Order: sequence, then C-alpha cells, then structure tokens
Amino acid sequence: MKFDRLSFLCLLAGAALASGCSSLGVKPWQRDVLARDEMRLDANPLDAAIDDHMYFSKEASSGGRSYAGGGCGCN
Amino acid sequence: MTRYAIFCICFALLAPARAAAPLDLDPFRGRVVYLDFWASWCGPCKQSFPWMQTLADTYAGRGLTVVAVNLDADRADAEKFLHQFRPTFEVRFDPKGDLAAFYQVKGMPSSVLIDRHGVPRFTHVGFLPIDGSALEAQVQELLAEK
Repeated sequence: MKFDRLSFLCLLAGAALASGCSSLGVKPWQRDVLARDEMRLDANPLDAAIDDHMYFSKEASSGGRSYAGGGCGCN
Repeated sequence: MTRYAIFCICFALLAPARAAAPLDLDPFRGRVVYLDFWASWCGPCKQSFPWMQTLADTYAGRGLTVVAVNLDADRADAEKFLHQFRPTFEVRFDPKGDLAAFYQVKGMPSSVLIDRHGVPRFTHVGFLPIDGSALEAQVQELLAEK
C-alpha cells in the first residue's frame, strides 16, 4: 500500500475519533440521575412487554432479564 | 479534502477540553484549601460533613479553608441536605460537573487538598471516619508549610 498523505491523515482521524468511546457510562457524580426510576431498563412496562415478545419470537426463548443492583458507587 | 481532514482531527482532539476549568483560588491565596465534592444522595457525605465542620473549626485560624462543592443535578436536594447539617464552611454548587471533571473525580465523595501555593497535593476518593486522622495529618502537614 502506498503510504501517502491522505492515508496518514485518515489513520490519524480514525485514531482520534476512536477515543470517543473511552468514556462510556456516566460520571461518578451523575449516578443519582442514573438511579432514578425513569432510567431503569424496564421502566416502561409496555415497552418491556413488546421487547420481550420480539425477543421470544427471534430467540424462541424468553426471560433471563433480572439485573443485580449496583449500589451507589460511593467509597 | 485534506484541509477538511485536518479540521476534523483538530476538532476531535480539542473538543473534550472545552468546559473543564479549575477552582478559582484567588480568594484563598496563602491558605490551605480542602476541596470536597459531595452530593445529597451520597451516604458517606453524611459522615464527612460533621468531620469537615470539626476540621474547619479547628484549623480555620491556622489557615485552612474548607470548600464543599455540591454535584447534585437538583438544587432542592442539596438545600435539604444543607438544612440538615448547616455547615459554616463555604459551599459551592456545580450541577453541570465542570469542576468535578477538571479535578477528575473518580468516586463520591472525593476531596482534594490544595496547598498554600494553589498546587493540588493530595486526593482522596471516598470517606470513612477511620481515615479522618490520616486526612487530618495531611492537613497539618500542608498547614506547616510556608
């Protein structure tokens, strides 16, 4: 592969943009917002029922959706 | 095309550094600052506040200033907490978390000890009452410096 200037710049851009996923998740002080009832994954029962039905029709199985609690993250 | 690529690279590299800014230390020049990051939902903060009050009362005359930065998204929660503890030290509000982002807060609560020259010297994540004497020793160490 001919290592020209455009390839180098694209490589640099890719490396710079890939670091955008390095800060996934909320910041420690935003955990109170994350802990709100509205932010639960199963907060909306209708959406949860629809998702469960779609999962069942695709996977021919259902369930396994319980999530263990995580604590507040203090200390 | 290459100019556009260069612009995109520069934007991607510089974008995250925009909002974070340090605490303005001008009012505290020459004083040791105990900078604490707390929130109303943080359990250990209920223990750290009486301890910080004692610390502030004991060492204020020797040059210690306690600044407690609140990181609640909702100001009303913070006010309720403050109403319960009624601290006499300075309380600041940072709902967007810019100050916390600058000091790279890794857990709640966190504290940063800044010496008389404005240099952050010690950082603590979390608070346990048994660590109080070790923290106090560090405060005394910084107060003893010129």
